[in-house]
Amino acid sequence: MPDAGQGAAHATLSGVVRRYPGNPPVHALGPLDLALRRGEFFSVVGPSGCGKSTLLDVLAGLSAPTEGSASFEGAPLRGQVPDGIGVVFQEDASFPWLTVADNVAFGLRRAGADAAEIARRVAYALDFMGLKDFAHAYPAQLSGGMRQRVCIARTLVLRPRLILLDEPFGALDQQTRLLMGDELLRLWRETDATVLLITHALDEAAMLSDRVGVMSARPGRFIDTVETGWPRERDSRIVSEAAFGAITARLWSCLRGESLKALGREAP
Amino acid sequence: MTRAHAVAATRIGLLLAGFLALEALCRAGIIGKLVMIPPTAMVAEMTALLASGEITGDIVRTFTTIAIAFAGAVALGFVAGAALHAAPRLRRAVDPLLAAYYAVPGFIFYPLLVALFGLNVLPLIAIGLLFAAPAMVIATLLGLDRVPPVLRKCARVHRLGRAETVLHVVLPAAMPALFNGIRLAFAYAFIGVIAGEFILSGGGLGYAIGYAYESFEATRMYGLLLFVLMMAVVLNGALYVWETRLLRRRTRA
Ligand SMILES: Nc1ncnc2c1ncn2[C@@H]1O[C@H](COP(=O)(O)OP(=O)(O)O)[C@@H](O)[C@H]1O
Ligand SMILES: [Mg+2]
Repeated sequence: MPDAGQGAAHATLSGVVRRYPGNPPVHALGPLDLALRRGEFFSVVGPSGCGKSTLLDVLAGLSAPTEGSASFEGAPLRGQVPDGIGVVFQEDASFPWLTVADNVAFGLRRAGADAAEIARRVAYALDFMGLKDFAHAYPAQLSGGMRQRVCIARTLVLRPRLILLDEPFGALDQQTRLLMGDELLRLWRETDATVLLITHALDEAAMLSDRVGVMSARPGRFIDTVETGWPRERDSRIVSEAAFGAITARLWSCLRGESLKALGREAP
Repeated sequence: MTRAHAVAATRIGLLLAGFLALEALCRAGIIGKLVMIPPTAMVAEMTALLASGEITGDIVRTFTTIAIAFAGAVALGFVAGAALHAAPRLRRAVDPLLAAYYAVPGFIFYPLLVALFGLNVLPLIAIGLLFAAPAMVIATLLGLDRVPPVLRKCARVHRLGRAETVLHVVLPAAMPALFNGIRLAFAYAFIGVIAGEFILSGGGLGYAIGYAYESFEATRMYGLLLFVLMMAVVLNGALYVWETRLLRRRTRA
């Protein structure tokens, strides 16, 4: 099914449609195509309810598309999450019964890694996410933003080759979001992983990504894909560059009409 | 912590005040001797009964029965709750029955159980179990319902198998509700067994209380009552402490 071009892609969606059964069924997504290049930072922006989380579920193998197909590293996804994909969900998914350190160690323990290896990698991930001082705290003692960082650490400790993040900084204020964006860029460079980030913040998408996919109102399709052309070494300081303004403006001009549609209004 | 201490102090203060008020009312003769004996006399009687060893057999019998009914109710209730959760259609059929369960005076079936099993501990275990298990079923359903879907997704992303998912994600996530069920099941098993003994049986603390009542041995009856009451409070308290210990950290905001 995938041609030569798609074969080189790290993960693909082809002709994907997702309808949620019900009466009437909800046509949440597609049809759409997506080919993530190995090692790229791809962001998805779109009005709320347009199907972004649905897209993530399909790409992760958590739910099968109603039509079309999804693949990861050349193998089709069949309703199962393949090895090598890490997901950070929109909702808080930290385990409240485990300490921060045990949360982060969860995947390694289940995979049967040996204790010394676990300790080493968990310590590194905690340090990386700025959670070192909270290793023995429980999620209930942390803020929402810190819990989300626990989830990111729990994902990155497994060294996934494809990391899917669903509005991970949704609950944070603007300044913290920019700084967390820097962390994410650092993580991306360090791990060489392919990253797909779902966000509702256009500036975040413009600053972090190699490419930004802009989705229409539900049922979500890609109406534009913007190449940013940023160098791999970059950080939040690029928000002051002229190109950043241009990219953000282009994203907004694409999205304005769709966001109005999502609100049930006509674009003037 | 100081606030918790203040609450505990208030609680003890209230109990003590009640105790002293009863004592005064009894001593003053406002509450008649045949109606109630002073609390200090109850304590004295209870101590004497325990020391004499004459109720040891009843104690062992009653608490063994309660323990069996309780353990059975928790195990059966959990299994039934999990099964119902997995079978939504059956659950829809059973839900209204479960909801109405405690509205029915179940004790009217106790004589039937005696007829069925004979006058031994079996009908007592049965009534304790029948009384306690549905609380555990309801708690289990509630607990499983409340497992956030995102945690189940998380389990799938970690590529956990069915058993692993249940053990490492579903059960811990449902634990607060399960504990609630365990505590309720204990209370119901306790009530069921003691009441069953009281109504109809050949031994046990409930029976001893009923017997003392019918033979106008008020002092003995109150000594026994106080013991049963204290055991209920102490055991419930122990379960409560165990529960808060285990769950404290995950709920403190
Ligand atoms: N499990 C579900 N069942 C039915 N409808 C759903 C379900 N999940 C999402 N939807 C609907 O599908 C649409 C897309 O949802 P979602 O992918 O969560 O959007 P987004 O993440 O872009 O906000 C929404 O209209 C939402 O109400
Ligand atoms: Mg979403």
